[in-house]
Amino acid sequence: MIFSEFFYGMIGVALAGFVTLARVMLGPSVPDRVVGVDTLNTLIVAGMILLGAAYDRVIYIDIAIVYALLSYIGTLIIAKYLQEGLE
Amino acid sequence: MIEIIIYAFLAVSVTFNILGSLSLHRFSDVYTRLHGATKCTTFGTIFVVFAVVLHSIWQLRETNNPKYLQMALHSIVALIALMLTNPTGAHAIAKAAHLSGYKPAKAVIDAYERKIRGEAQ
Amino acid sequence: MSFIIAFIWSFVLWLVLTAGTRGMLWSAEELIAGIIFASIVAFSTRNIIGEKTTRFLNPLRWFGFVVYAMGPLFWGMVKANLDVAYRVITGKIKPGIVKVPVDLENDAQYTILSNSITLTPGTLTIDACPEEKALYVHWIHVTEEEPKTSEIVAGSFEKWARRLGK
Repeated sequence: MIFSEFFYGMIGVALAGFVTLARVMLGPSVPDRVVGVDTLNTLIVAGMILLGAAYDRVIYIDIAIVYALLSYIGTLIIAKYLQEGLE
Repeated sequence: MIEIIIYAFLAVSVTFNILGSLSLHRFSDVYTRLHGATKCTTFGTIFVVFAVVLHSIWQLRETNNPKYLQMALHSIVALIALMLTNPTGAHAIAKAAHLSGYKPAKAVIDAYERKIRGEAQ
Repeated sequence: MSFIIAFIWSFVLWLVLTAGTRGMLWSAEELIAGIIFASIVAFSTRNIIGEKTTRFLNPLRWFGFVVYAMGPLFWGMVKANLDVAYRVITGKIKPGIVKVPVDLENDAQYTILSNSITLTPGTLTIDACPEEKALYVHWIHVTEEEPKTSEIVAGSFEKWARRLGK
């Protein structure tokens, strides 16, 4: 059984993701790209929750939890690298 | 009736997600872009989770299948994780960008710059 | 003591994530596995958690957090998003970084206040300096260059942060 309303929501979130991806590709400086990647991570979590509800699978939402926590660690590491370089 | 409410929540969330990604192109420097990106995408995800929770509570009443209880609880846990980590990540990016030398464009005052230079001298 | 706190929190998270394995409740296998894993996690993090986290076991404080998240924080986020929408459409900005003096005592209060400031209208925390008792805030539309209190930036959030992190 497929719930189509969440698919329409997913199309909107994917559109926002493509707009963000344009910033990641164009971004003149490194922090601009990092902001784009951080935004993209949040949008991917929202998209995974929507797909989990649409396909009726709870496991997608579990993956969204893990993805949220791990992408946060990735952002922190990139920020630390920007700040003083990896030593 | 409940489908209309779910559609309304999803419309709000998609509107704010697209607005957040447009703000990346509308503004001109890292800090103002972070404003739009962090606030709007967090708010959009809150409404996504509201829609999913409402849908799963409704399905739980219709079908009495414990899968929908799990769906509601796990989406709430994902929302809590996101609301705790998103502002902290934004703070880390802003501080790193400032310390690595990207100054805010067209700023009327920069107290943090004054503090860093005061410590350096 | 910190072993017990870490055990309680990891076991509660396990219970939330595995609800619905037998009817709407938990099966016996899941409960036993939860006790084993929560013990392992609590044993390995007992030196990291620290004694001060005892204050977060108080259920009244959790009720306070829920009230705070539903009431003032959510209303602040609604205003923040309408504000950002207005600025995205019109492009009217006047950015700047200001120093905001605050009167807080410990790290939990600083964390709550700066995360709330990031999610509310027009402001983004860049750095917190507990030794100067100040926050450095990027403000998208500066109206006052050297604020004396946090009232103009954070509204009532400083009172909430002081009460919740005590």
